[in-house]
Amino acid sequence: MRELRMRLAQNYGPLVAFGLFVLIFAVYIGNHPAGLTVAVATTAANKGVLLALVGMAQTLPVLTGGLDLSVGMIFVMCNCIASAMVNGSPLQTATGVAAVLLAGLACGLLNGAIIVYGRLQPIITTLATGAIYYGIALAIRPVPGGEVNEALSDALTNQVFDTVPTTLVLLAAVVIVIWLPFRASALGRGCYAAGSSEPAAYMSGVDINRSKLAAYALCGLLAAVAGLLLTFVTDSGEASAPGGSVYTLNSIAAVVIGGTSLLGGVGGVIGAIFGAFVLRTIGDLLFVFDLPPLWQPLIQGAILLAALSLGAARVLRIRNRLELFG
Amino acid sequence: MPAPDPAQPFWQMEGISKRYGGVTALDNVDFTCRRGRIHAVLGENGAGKSTLIKIMAGVVQPDSGTMRLEGRSVTFAAPVDAMRQGVVSIFQELSLIPDLSVADNLSIVDPPRRFGFIDRAAQRRRAEDLLARVGCDDVHPLELVRNLPLSRRQMVEIAGALGRSPKMLILDEATSALTVADVEKIYEILRRLRGEGLAIVYISHRMHEIAALADDCSVFRNGQHIETFAKGAKTDNEIVELMIGREYRHVFPPKPARNASPEPMLEVEKLSWGDRLTDISLKVDRGEVVGIGGLDGQGQRELLLALFGVLSGVSGTVKVAGQAARLTSPRHAKSPGVGMALIPEDRKTEGLMLPMSVRDNISLAAVEKFTHGLLIDRSAERRAVEDMVQRLAIRAGSADAAVGTLSGGNQQKVVIAKWLMTEARLILLNDPTRGIDVGTKQEIYQLLRRLADAGNAILLYTTDYDELIGCCDRVVMLYDGRIVRELSGNALTERNIVTSALNLPFDAAAEARP
Amino acid sequence: MPALFKSIDRPVLIAFGFLIVMLAAGSFYSSNFLSATYLMQQLEVASFLGIVATGAMIVILPGHIDLSAPWVITIGGMMATAAAGWWGETGAIVALPFAVLCGIAVGVINGLGVAYLRIPSMIFTLGMNAVAQGLMVLHTGGFAPTDEATPFMRWLAVKRTLLDIPNTAFVWLLVGVLLVIALRRTPFGRYVYAIGNRERATYLSGVDTRRVLIICFAASGACSALAGVMLAGYSAKAYQAMGDAYLLPAIAAVVLGGTNILGGSGTYLGTVAGVLLITLLQSILSVMQMPEAGRQVIYGVVIIGMLMVYGRGAKRVG
Repeated sequence: MRELRMRLAQNYGPLVAFGLFVLIFAVYIGNHPAGLTVAVATTAANKGVLLALVGMAQTLPVLTGGLDLSVGMIFVMCNCIASAMVNGSPLQTATGVAAVLLAGLACGLLNGAIIVYGRLQPIITTLATGAIYYGIALAIRPVPGGEVNEALSDALTNQVFDTVPTTLVLLAAVVIVIWLPFRASALGRGCYAAGSSEPAAYMSGVDINRSKLAAYALCGLLAAVAGLLLTFVTDSGEASAPGGSVYTLNSIAAVVIGGTSLLGGVGGVIGAIFGAFVLRTIGDLLFVFDLPPLWQPLIQGAILLAALSLGAARVLRIRNRLELFG
Repeated sequence: MPAPDPAQPFWQMEGISKRYGGVTALDNVDFTCRRGRIHAVLGENGAGKSTLIKIMAGVVQPDSGTMRLEGRSVTFAAPVDAMRQGVVSIFQELSLIPDLSVADNLSIVDPPRRFGFIDRAAQRRRAEDLLARVGCDDVHPLELVRNLPLSRRQMVEIAGALGRSPKMLILDEATSALTVADVEKIYEILRRLRGEGLAIVYISHRMHEIAALADDCSVFRNGQHIETFAKGAKTDNEIVELMIGREYRHVFPPKPARNASPEPMLEVEKLSWGDRLTDISLKVDRGEVVGIGGLDGQGQRELLLALFGVLSGVSGTVKVAGQAARLTSPRHAKSPGVGMALIPEDRKTEGLMLPMSVRDNISLAAVEKFTHGLLIDRSAERRAVEDMVQRLAIRAGSADAAVGTLSGGNQQKVVIAKWLMTEARLILLNDPTRGIDVGTKQEIYQLLRRLADAGNAILLYTTDYDELIGCCDRVVMLYDGRIVRELSGNALTERNIVTSALNLPFDAAAEARP
Repeated sequence: MPALFKSIDRPVLIAFGFLIVMLAAGSFYSSNFLSATYLMQQLEVASFLGIVATGAMIVILPGHIDLSAPWVITIGGMMATAAAGWWGETGAIVALPFAVLCGIAVGVINGLGVAYLRIPSMIFTLGMNAVAQGLMVLHTGGFAPTDEATPFMRWLAVKRTLLDIPNTAFVWLLVGVLLVIALRRTPFGRYVYAIGNRERATYLSGVDTRRVLIICFAASGACSALAGVMLAGYSAKAYQAMGDAYLLPAIAAVVLGGTNILGGSGTYLGTVAGVLLITLLQSILSVMQMPEAGRQVIYGVVIIGMLMVYGRGAKRVG
């Protein structure tokens, strides 16, 4: 009983995000003219999974107490690389996919190396490297265009057994192949330790540098997966600076809605996935309610703020004000 | 394990020196430890003890000198290197990770693995095992460290150190947050480990702990190793003299006779806060030092925070100098109409901005006093700070030095100076001498008495019974958030304090003792 | 304060040194680089970034960040031009104060969310940015606004009234002097640094830290809006997303000037150096007709490289 309570308390954030998503999604489906059809679910999943992947990527640096403001630019850069390389024969396509993933991993590693060995602050480091990655994206694709292997694109953006959206399967695979092993490794635990209290982690003999490096590298890799998927969804590449920024910022929002503390040490990618789904569904919700399009940006922003404020309501219950300062 | 050979030094340091900027922390120090002995290291703050153990633990690296472990020359680039060699440390600043579970923390390095991944079940069994060894069965292994009270965290820390199979164990003020019962458990464990042949280095400011535990004592002063001797070779007075380097006089200033017609400064009536404080009524007169006693965590800290306006939802009435005071915020408590000050529990996170200068720290709470119109009168501020530095004999290179570069005792004096600047008339102190050297402690005792004699009122919470007896005119004892007894005059004895702290009736307690 | 000054002198010196090196290198490329015309032109452009960076610095010092700057800049520009359209003559007079007040209003909401609800500023100001954007989309109906900048805004942003020095530079100077006085000579400034170092200890010293934070965010909003008014004056009208290009350079300028991105230390002189540095870098790259892709890469590399030279960061462990 005590154990169950503790486990619930320790997973409060992701559970709330999950609940919120189920609620909003139910309202969305309830008001959608077509209801829950395979097509509706697939469209929703394709958009949601993109942000979910970027949100997952962002979660890792945040867990270490850092942040990656370049994640959206890595995503955009990988989209551009994919639009140039992922086509042709199966072998060429496979090489292209590998190249995209490696590029993302390399960007993440560079971020991590500058932060760990250069001892620079993550915010400013990734702000600057973001410019670099965007420059590379622009060099590869000065104007939108390119193409992608159609067979693969069709396979990934449709359904498995004509029911489950393939992107959801892909997301689950990423969780199982990347996140769960990482979470259960000493490296992953080192990320939580570093984010929770870096001095204590150092004193306890945790290899903080290796953990941080791994977090940023995996962040780059996950952003690359998302960039790849974006290419399959849009069938083209575009070096869009606003696009990258929006994904960076939304990824932070998804992380926070998913119950991960921006101070580090608390949370996980599962929360970020549902956080991303919540954000995406809010956007779609405005669409099905037929709001005047001009009102949509405002209402979307207001709902985001309201959700954050509701999450902050616990502040009003705090009776020892010192707890406010963490 | 082979039988310990007391003749063969387990750990040897020779000619160790360490400088931080222009300050010499350790000056050509030799230090030796043997297996099967508990070695107490004594000295004021700033004497070099903490630098010594930081070097032993691999947290900092010496500028010069050699270290030998069982005769082999060693260097530690990071704490993890020391741990691998069996040199395990428990620091005052806890090294537990707050957002991980107790089990995670206890296996933070080299966790049990299956197929390369952390084996949670094995990790949990290991945690249960280690917790049982330190008699901490009430801590659930899956609980987050963040949710444990300070005393439990310290026990978990000790359990973690045992789990690293140490050959040498270094404890820095390891019992400072522990309850009396826990301290006994720790003594027992340490004695057992000594029997198993460990070398143990023990740092404490509590003289009776050293008497109870140590085999050898080393005294440090000003970064130098002054003397090492066997326990019992010197009296307490002689040891203290070695530590402070001057003749040792009264520990506590004399208490003046009670005022016949007291003027109350603080009157608290039926103050309650949730289930942590219940119907607290107490009075502190001008010129009086009133102590708050009791076991750790009986609501003492909450009482001080409630008076200072930090807690919300407090019921009851509080009067300061006859005027009803609303306890809404520290800002309000500080205002001239109330005139309260709080020396907080943790000077590093609650009292000071370590990177900021001594001057900025001292003037922070009273800076509005030096403000004319919108602007700060900086020369007036500078003069006032200099006065305060002299008055409290704060030893700092200059008032521009960052507070973080000062020794612990001087840091605490800066916190006190900050509040004296506000000309507070009611001063609340939360364990102000914790982790502070003997010399500074005495200065603080003298200062408190001088402040009281000048007509201020002092409310002092301390975990040190000697201070309750020596410093306070009256002591209220808290148990489970209530005042269970008030002690003053001849009734203010260690025995009465202990029985009240356990909330035993006086008679029953007397019978319980042979 | 002098101790603080000494400790960050180094980055400020390096930043100024780098500035001189860049000017010298530029003058090899073209003699125009040392001409008064070119330098004044750069100062004019730098002033816009300088005012935004001032706002960024006020919230970075107490350990926060204001990501709502882009659309608060737009609010400033659009509200100033709209005021003239709505209220005619009176509107033209109140255009600037009205726009700045709008910026302050957004800032106060940011402050309330951060100080009272304790929502991390990074995410709350992001949300406010979205709300501000939504409001402006609604205001313009999604089209480019037709309101023109008032003559006063034009005068402020493009004219050179004194000694061929752009008026924008005087506005920046005024804003900067106000901030320096506030930071160095008032209790408010002391509290700002103290909160950046440790808010808990500041609160326990009897400081109303929430009020201080709200003032910081309000001031940041005011600076952004002011910059927006001037930008609208500069290009004669306000337009969508006019502030997008300023957020990251402003933060980069503050950090290049030696301010700790986590708060607690930094001087305004450094921010000035950072602003000039970034402006000059952007200008040199554009003079060299470097394609956008290369500019972005060089821009990023220079920021990282300079911070590496400072040899700082990660000092505040614990």
